[in-house]
Order: sequence, then C-alpha cells, then structure tokens
Amino acid sequence: MSTATTHDDHHDHRPSGIMRWITTTNHKDIGTLYLWFSFTMLLIGGAMAMVIRAELFQPGLQIVDPQFFNTMTTMHGLIMVFGAIMPGMVGLANWQIPLMIGAPDMALPRMNNWSFWILPFAGTMLISTLFMEGGGPAFGWTFYAPLSTTFAPASTDFFIFAVHMLGFSSIMGAINIIATVLNMRAPGMTLMRMPLFVWTWFITAFLLIAVMPVLAGAVTMMLTDRNFGTSFFDAAGGGDPVLFQHVFWFFGHPEVYIMILPAFGVISEIIPTFARKKLFGYSSMVYATASIAFLSFIVYAHHMFTTGMPVAGELYFMYATVMIAVPTAVKVFNWTATMWRGSMTFETPMLWAIAFVFLFSIGGFTGLMMGIAPADMQYHDTYFIVAHFHYVLVTGALFAIIAAAYYWLPKWTGHMVDERLGKIHFWWSVISVNVLFFPQHFLGLAGMPRRIPDYSLQFADWNMISSLGGFAFGLAQVFFVFIVIKTIRGGEKASGQVWEGAHGLEWTVPSPAPYHTFETAPEVK
Amino acid sequence: MFAISLRRALCSLWGAAILLGAGNSFADYPLNLTPGATDTSHKVYDLHMMIFIICVVVCLGVFAVLIYSIFTHRKSKGAVPASFHESTTVEIIWTTIPFLILVGMAVPATTTLLALEDTRDPDMSIQITGYQWKWKYDYLDEDISFFSALATPRDQIEGKAEKGENYLLEVDNPIVVPINKKIRFLVTSNDVIHSWWVPALGWKQDAIPGFINDAWTELKEPGLYRGKCAELCGKDHGFMPVVLIAKTEEDYRAWVNEQKGAAAADAAAADKTWGMDDLMARGESVYQTNCQACHQPTGDGLPAAGFPALKGSPVATGPVAGHLDIVLHGGKKNPAMAAFGKQLNDVDLAAVITYERNAFGNDTGDVVQPSDVAAAR
Repeated sequence: MSTATTHDDHHDHRPSGIMRWITTTNHKDIGTLYLWFSFTMLLIGGAMAMVIRAELFQPGLQIVDPQFFNTMTTMHGLIMVFGAIMPGMVGLANWQIPLMIGAPDMALPRMNNWSFWILPFAGTMLISTLFMEGGGPAFGWTFYAPLSTTFAPASTDFFIFAVHMLGFSSIMGAINIIATVLNMRAPGMTLMRMPLFVWTWFITAFLLIAVMPVLAGAVTMMLTDRNFGTSFFDAAGGGDPVLFQHVFWFFGHPEVYIMILPAFGVISEIIPTFARKKLFGYSSMVYATASIAFLSFIVYAHHMFTTGMPVAGELYFMYATVMIAVPTAVKVFNWTATMWRGSMTFETPMLWAIAFVFLFSIGGFTGLMMGIAPADMQYHDTYFIVAHFHYVLVTGALFAIIAAAYYWLPKWTGHMVDERLGKIHFWWSVISVNVLFFPQHFLGLAGMPRRIPDYSLQFADWNMISSLGGFAFGLAQVFFVFIVIKTIRGGEKASGQVWEGAHGLEWTVPSPAPYHTFETAPEVK
Repeated sequence: MFAISLRRALCSLWGAAILLGAGNSFADYPLNLTPGATDTSHKVYDLHMMIFIICVVVCLGVFAVLIYSIFTHRKSKGAVPASFHESTTVEIIWTTIPFLILVGMAVPATTTLLALEDTRDPDMSIQITGYQWKWKYDYLDEDISFFSALATPRDQIEGKAEKGENYLLEVDNPIVVPINKKIRFLVTSNDVIHSWWVPALGWKQDAIPGFINDAWTELKEPGLYRGKCAELCGKDHGFMPVVLIAKTEEDYRAWVNEQKGAAAADAAAADKTWGMDDLMARGESVYQTNCQACHQPTGDGLPAAGFPALKGSPVATGPVAGHLDIVLHGGKKNPAMAAFGKQLNDVDLAAVITYERNAFGNDTGDVVQPSDVAAAR
C-alpha cells in the first residue's frame, strides 16, 4: 500500500520504515495499524477458542487442566472484546470517517497516534499474564468479585493495569471521533446528511466516554481491594460483591452496543450500495441508534436476574430490556425495506452483510428471550447465552468488520478482492459458524452451564459437532489473512467508484485513496 | 473410540434434522428446556415455549420477505431499483407492532415471575451454602447438616476408566426433601459466588458471600433430579453437581432419623482413640473429596496454578501443630486454602492429616487423633 501511495505525494516528508508507523499522525496509517492489530488479536483470541473447543471435543479432561481452561475462556473473551472487535471498529472509523465527511484527517492527529500505540503495550501486558506464576486471570471476562479479588492469581494486577490502558485508548479514540464529526465536516455535510456509519460511530463515541471511566472505577476498586486493604467488594469487610456486578454491567451493557452500533452503520452502507437503492428510513435509523444507545444505560441489570434482586427491580429491568427489541426491529425492517424492490447483486461484501441481517436477527431474538426474567432463570449462565452473544458478536460485529473490509479494501489498496476467494471464504465461514454456534442453543437449553472444562455425557454429541464447526471456522479466518495479503500485493485495479451503486465522498477519491485526501474541502450538495 | 463417538455425533445431527423437520417428540435428544417437575417449572417452560414460538414466527416472517426479495429483486433478473426510501406510516406501524407483541409477552412473564419469587409461608427451610467446590446443606428445622461433593471417580475424569451413566452428575450425599411441602431455600456462599441450579425446579439462584438469597419449590412426585453449579467459581466449577432426591413424607422422616443416628455415631467416634490403618483408610476418602482437586491424587499439587504440593512439603512433613493450624484455619497467604475446621469434624480432620503425613512417600509416621484436633481448634 505504501509503495502505491508514495507516487501520489512525493512532497510529503514522512519518515520511512518502522519510524513511519511509530510517528505517523495520518488517519489512514493509523487506521491500518488498528486493523492489523485487531486482526492479530483475532487470531490470538481465536487460537484460545481452538484450545477451548479442543478440550470440549469429548467429555473428560484431555488437553488442559481446569484452571488453564478458565484462563483460556477469560483471555479469549477479553482479547476478542478489547483487542479484536473494538480496535477493529476504531480502525474502520479512522480510515473512513474523514473520507466520508470530507475531512483531511482526524481532528486530533497526535492523540490519534497515542491512542493506537497504547494498545500493543496493553495487549502485550494482558497476554504476558499467561506466563506468570499462578497463571493468568481465570475468572471469566466479566471478572466477578470476589473470584477476581480475594481468590485471584497475582497476575490480576497486570490485568487491571492493562484494562486501564485499554480504557485510556478507547476514551481518546472516542474524543477524537466526536471532535472530528463536530468540527471537520465538509461544507454542506449537515448532521442529518452524514453517512449512517458516521452517525453510528458518533453515538458510539459518546457511549465510550460515558462508560469506560466506570470500568476504570471497577478495576481500581479491585486494585485497592487486592492490595491496599479496602473492602468495596468483600462482604467480610462490610463491602458488597453484588456492587461489583452493578458497576461492571453499567459499563458492560453499553459496551455490547459499543461493539454492535458501528456494525449497524457498516451494514447500512453496504446494503444500499448493492441494492442500488437509497437506505430506507434514514432518519428513523438515526433515531433508532440513539434510542438503543440511551436504553443501553437503563437495562444493564438484566445480566443479574439470578443475584437475588427485589421483584420490583426484576420487573423493571425486564420491561426496559425487552423495549430494546423495538428500535432493533426497526433497523432490521429498514434493511429489509432497502433490499425490497432493489436491483441487487451479490458481491462478497453484500453476502456478508446479508448474512449479518439473518444471523444477527437470530442473536437478537435469543436476546429478547433472555430479557424475559423468569425464563432467564433457566437460560442464565448456560450455553444458551454463549450461543446468543456469539451470534451477536461473531455473526454480528465480526461479520460486519469482515464485510467492511471486503467493501473498502479496494479503496484502501487500489485492488479489487478476488471475488472467487471472497465467496469461498464467505460460504466456508457462514456454514461453519452455524455448525459451531447453533448447537450451543440446544446445549444451553438442555442444561449445560457455561465455562466448564468437562461435561456430563448427554452433551457429548452437540459439543463434538460444535467443536468441528469451530475448527473449520477458525481455519477460514486464516484463509482470510491470505486473501487480504493477496489483495494488498496485487489484483485487478480498482476504479475510484469501485462499486456500481456506491454513493458517498469516499468514492470520489481515487483508489487507493491518496495519502492526503480532501486538503480542499469538497462541497456537499 | 474417536470414530465411534464421531459417528454418534453425526447420527444425532441427522436425527435432530429429521426430528425438527417432522416436528416429532424431542425426548431422545437434548434440544430443549426441561418442562421440569414443579408447577413453577411448568410455568417457566410454557412461557419459554410461548416466547420461543413467537420469536420463530416473527423471525421466519422476516426471513421469508428477505429471501423472496433476494431471489426476486436482483439485477441479473432485470430488476430496476424502486425509488422509495421513506414512509412515516410504515415506520410507525413497524414500531407499534413489535411493541404490542412485547406487551403480550410481558403479561404472562410478570405473573410467572411473581409466582417464582413468592417465598412466603414455607413449610420448611434448608440453607444451601456454596463452597469451593461442594455444597453444604443445613436443615434449619431438623438440626441436620452435611456437605455434598462430586462422587465421580477421578479415573473417569482423566479417561483411565469408562465414564459412568451419571458422569459428573453424582454426589456423595444428595439433598433430600419431602414432597408436597413448600420448601424455602436460603442460598449463600462461604467463599466466591456460586449458583445452585436444578433445571427441573425451573430456576437457579446465585450463592453470594455476605448475602442470603431465597427461592422455593414444591415437588409433587418422588424422584431424583440432577443439576450443577452455574456460576464460575474457580478451578473446579465444572465439578460441583447437585443431586436432589424427593421422598414421600414417610420416607423423608426415615431419612431424617437415619441422619441423626449417623451424627450421633460420629460424635462417639471422636471420643475413641483410632489406629493408624483406620485413620489412613478414612483419611484417603476425606482427601479425595476435599483436597485432591487442588493438591492432586499424587500430592504433587499444581504449582503453576498456585496450588502447592503436599509430597515432601514443609507443612506436611514438619511439625504437626503447623499442619493442624493451616488445615483448621486456612491459608494466611493463600485464600484458595479454605479453613476446613468449619467444614469437617474432628475424626475426618484427624484422618486426613494423618493421611497427608504418611501418604505420597511423606512417611512421617505421625498419628493425629481426633482429640488432638479438638485441642487445636
């Protein structure tokens, strides 16, 4: 990519080699860094998922001991959430938001550099806990006290520091996005003309700024409980273990929308392009996104129905939670209406976007089922929830990132993706991911708890099928690495327009996008 | 072995597809929630089926439209894009319809929840306390108290023996309850958060240190129900099942009397002086239930995960007083080492300490008597 762009801007005095990437303040470079970081973490977190699925392939303890198994589920969750999905979305934002609103760069380019370069250090520190005495964190990605405080290994303090650093990075990234969207739009690009991807990220950025400090508060209380004799979460000292869950989920529930709202934005860009028809209900999409963001703050305790909440609390959180189905349904209906009587073609990005609509809907429905408190007394902490959030986060958020990569790779690299390989990757992934996660619904309903390294015999068949799907899905993403590298290195030249039905400012610049774009602001009519 | 289980797995995938297609009974395949054994669990099951069917119907409706559109409105079939992209009426309609469906779901959900949470006027109460990694049951009206831990042999878990029918679902001392009595469970924990769950009762309840949560059930038929800990509680979270036996009033009374007799026998056993062989035999079984999850059957521990070895350790081969202290009062530095003084009686403690001091090649020759334990308490 760098060789292709140097011709366009030989006046640019930037360092070469590794120093280019360390000192860069260019939104495209930083976007690329974020995306490669995300991809690397996806493969590391994915490798951990393979360990989990290998251990669960058959009943009995075969490969790892239970403590290490717990470390794997914990690190898999943390790495995928904080290392793969969130940085992946920020990478897309960095590349696309300036291009989509006609800005020359992000508003705060130096902070942009800083917010990326914190990540590799935080990620390395988190992963280094695996090699420490007593092992890595083994208390689940939700790190409930007191398992994560009094009963946790010494490496937990490193985990706490890593989470703090990840939080700093996210907050800086969010500030940058808000500053960019509010200040850097091209003339004529009013808020209600912004592409939906920009809108969803703009709202997500507010969520990030609101909840990352809450997470920082939770881990800081853990830190002082562990090391300085406080008892925030220790009942023996007058503290409250359930307080931890309240604080965590006040962060954690908006967090899941932080991961999915930008995905909604991506899908809302791709479907109109390949349906050759304007997005149906643009303003209702914006309002639905804002409603979901607002509701995300007031529903969080639906994660805690079994903790012994008062009935009034359970009723309130049940009613509030199921309300989220309304704006979410509006979004799915709007995508459907966009496709309806369009003129569709099915290039690789469209396939991933359509798979998103189908499979995210399944995840949405199981989410609604779990919002019903009395039924959740059965679903809670079983493989049903594991199936639910993997449908939402893998076939939801991750599929959207992959769709976005296929959609914008020609703009980023100047080369079209090999459609044949892209379609193989798609069908391989979409089949295997369902073999992987669909049986987990059955396992959960039949009574298999989550986070167990071994299980009773009635769960053996579905676990084996799920594991086979898992290995196939994991391998498919290694194939994706190959496709991406192949596209960067060569392929059919992409035009500036790239896709026949594409609209928006990013398609008005050449492919690959020059190192500096929109130095003179475009006029949006 | 592998080929056989793979074939079994593929058969069941095929079987499930046929069953789903034919809409037959799901009884042979673990696909769905259990209807359970109580009125409450039936209500929860009915609610589950209702919301499940609504979700499937709506989902299939949307999918049908999408699939029709995907096959019809495609460029290769010469479709020309329409220009509509907004309709306030449509938006209002498809905001209102989901809302009304949700209200329809919320009404039965509310009545079920209120029934589920109504723990008033129980006939009897049992306190359930979660420990890493076993359950303790205290019958508050009967002065009966015992621990319930996994009974599956280690060899089955490690693949050295054929796995039994109730692999990981069997315990040494099941909780026994009478039928036709409203039983209130008071659920708490001694260390980390656990969750007590028997699917047939229709609910799970978190066991949280410092809190006492309550839940209730009333079983109609005698029977045996199995469940598991549902909240991650550390290393052996997957190995702390629940077995609940419901008995008729008459059988239940007999069981209560038997328990009281056993408690009296234990008290008598504490007063006598035990021989080395008897202590070692009893100690081995106490060790298997309470100690070997961390310290391992060989006494080698799992040092990498923070669980020290007993084989040749300074505690197990040093002064008896130090060994008694850490077993009775727990690890000062390492909270993973629980205070077993609160969990085991003097005979079991004497037996297990004697065992640890003489097994694994420790061979100290020390014999610890129940009276030594009582003195060290």
